[in-house]
Amino acid sequence: MALSGIQIYKLLPQTNCKDCGFPTCLAFAMKLAAKQVELSACPHVSEESKAQLAESAAPPIRLVVLKSDGYEVKAGNEVVLFRHEKTFYNKPGLFIRVHDSQTPEEIKAKVAHADGFKVNYVGIDLVLDGFAVASVSGDAAAFSAAVTAVRQASHRPLILMSRDPEILAGGLQAVDGESPLIYGADAQNWEAMADLAKKHHAALAVIASTLEDLADLTEKIKSRGVEDLVLDPGGRTFGPALTNSTQIRRLALKKNFRPLGYPVITFPGDVGDPTLEPMLAAQSIAKYAGFIVMDQFAPEAIYPLLVLRQNIYTDPQKPIQVQPGLYEINNPKPEDPVLVTTNFSITYFSVANEVEGSGLPAWLVVTDAEGMSVLTAWAAGKFDAERIAKAVKGFSVADKVSRKRVVIPGHVAVLSGELEEELPGWEIRVGPREAVDIPTFMKQAL
Amino acid sequence: MPIEIPMDKWPGAIRTITLGATAAEGGTRSRTITVGGEKSLPFLHFESEMPNPPAIAVEIKDRRPDDWSPLLLKAWGEAAENPVSWAKAAEAAGADLIQLSLSLTDAAGNPNTPQAAVAAVKATLAACGLPLLVFGPGQAEMDNELLVAVAEATKGERLVLGLCEDKNYRTIVATAMANGHLVSARTPMDVNLAKQLNILISDMGFPLDRILMDPTTGALGYGIEYGFSAMERLRLAALQGDSMTQLPMIVTPGFEAWKAKESKVGEGVPEAWGDWLGRAINWETLTATALLESGADILVLRHPESVRRLNTVIADLMAAPVTA
Repeated sequence: MALSGIQIYKLLPQTNCKDCGFPTCLAFAMKLAAKQVELSACPHVSEESKAQLAESAAPPIRLVVLKSDGYEVKAGNEVVLFRHEKTFYNKPGLFIRVHDSQTPEEIKAKVAHADGFKVNYVGIDLVLDGFAVASVSGDAAAFSAAVTAVRQASHRPLILMSRDPEILAGGLQAVDGESPLIYGADAQNWEAMADLAKKHHAALAVIASTLEDLADLTEKIKSRGVEDLVLDPGGRTFGPALTNSTQIRRLALKKNFRPLGYPVITFPGDVGDPTLEPMLAAQSIAKYAGFIVMDQFAPEAIYPLLVLRQNIYTDPQKPIQVQPGLYEINNPKPEDPVLVTTNFSITYFSVANEVEGSGLPAWLVVTDAEGMSVLTAWAAGKFDAERIAKAVKGFSVADKVSRKRVVIPGHVAVLSGELEEELPGWEIRVGPREAVDIPTFMKQAL
Repeated sequence: MPIEIPMDKWPGAIRTITLGATAAEGGTRSRTITVGGEKSLPFLHFESEMPNPPAIAVEIKDRRPDDWSPLLLKAWGEAAENPVSWAKAAEAAGADLIQLSLSLTDAAGNPNTPQAAVAAVKATLAACGLPLLVFGPGQAEMDNELLVAVAEATKGERLVLGLCEDKNYRTIVATAMANGHLVSARTPMDVNLAKQLNILISDMGFPLDRILMDPTTGALGYGIEYGFSAMERLRLAALQGDSMTQLPMIVTPGFEAWKAKESKVGEGVPEAWGDWLGRAINWETLTATALLESGADILVLRHPESVRRLNTVIADLMAAPVTA
């Protein structure tokens, strides 16, 4: 595991020469331990110490990056089992699989559709990450043709799937200069696969049906010079997949077990029942996958999966925010009411949903409260009369409405006097405390 | 190489709670459902056996709902006209439990009455042998009025009465205590608030093995990450030995997912949202799947297809072989 500042200090020259820019070696060691500087800032450290420090500084789950022209997908570098302990960092890459038994036209159509898929969620455009091309024909030419067809429709990173190195070689040729993922190496083909991965700067998926066999195989491949590895421990249904991914994550994080310190790849489509594929992908998102390969491309399944991924990988310290602004709900006209809330995404959605569900038109002023809910923001001084007035003026609400009246959340009723002073000429009304009561309030009180 | 899997040795365990009572136990149910009893995180059979599978409750109403998605009404068809046919249809769809949510008003807009609530509950009990959860309309005064009458009229059935919240729990707990029922205690996505409500309820002398806790969840896209983490933290606290969090968790992904715009609205939405029905069911089932992984013991669902899918997934998760 990571070394403490004192342990690092013992590996440094201890001369306090200041060449690193810090007054003492100990100060530099502390910064190193906090990962705020690079070891390379010290010109005098011995090779032996360097190696030792590099080993200890290596993340328990290796970062694997797939690259293509203009895109990259990262997996690994995770440090916790539960998101509340810190956060999950690299969202698992979502890939769509095509087969070389499909015609190039079929492949191109599916890939182009998925490549262009984009869905907006709280102001963020969510997209898929790449494609997997699987050899099922056993024919090298068909595989290269399939890879070429994908490349004609998308530039996103690829996963090339075959256990036959000769078939893969042709496909890899077609994406020369990229860093795809090769899937994969097993107990029979690992030497040739490792050589291919090395030659093409590709990452390599390692396949075995027990963790013991998997660990043996990654060690052998690593000693052949390939370190960007991805694990497929088998287990294609919910129970075994959860067991495998949990055990691998625990071994990496709790025991710093290097042979399994790599991201995991899953294939939810292999579950068989297509209605369960999105659910197994959801489990993969919640429980530790690094790459997820889907067989179906259906917007009604991909959209919720991308949202789930966004949610689970949100830093618990930094809530999702909505862009502050004036939002129109149910096509409001100038005479319709103006409601005020904060830009915490859940607050916004609670309010927007209730108003939308009521069918009543309204203008919603989303105030920049630094992503906090009404009460939290009020307590922190991020949702006060001044900020609300600033939003009302800044978004030129007066130009859009004929009736100068704003409704503030019931929890901040105390602000109404001050707000009257900040917004001369406006009527300030106090709305309900809970979003769920807004429709009744709008019907009865506005 | 030999690998030693890191095992968590937890000092605590989740309480085992049985819903419903058979004739021999003083009720009329044809079967009971037991949840809880976990000694480790969900479905990690290599660490300890998970004694009871999570249960699926199907939410029905005492009359055809005014504000439910047309997709749900279509799926249940005429069964949704009254709780009797609805409960039967829910049982046939694979429910382990029925959650009967009482309406605020009758179809004509008159306030619901204790007499009507009791009649609906009794009819549902007569129609279907599954254990029942009865939830009030969500307004404190009305909840208390209806649930007290229901509790008294069904003494000994081990119904689950809901919802107990920090501002309104005394009356419901008292009547559950007097009439041999259970309660569901809801708090808003926070470990300490959940704990505090459980303490308040047990301070009234109510036994902990008759409390389910509902930590509240948001649907996918509407705060599921808060619910997910609150549940993981509650479950970890329980396993670490905090007795006031060692209660089975009930969550309502059906209610949450079906109020999201993605499920409610079929027209005028972005094309990237895809097919409406498919999306709505995915919204419910993906929300429910994430909650299963974070420790849900009872999932309250709404669409029959979601019930089928979750039943399949739970069976798979429970069947996981010991691999270590």
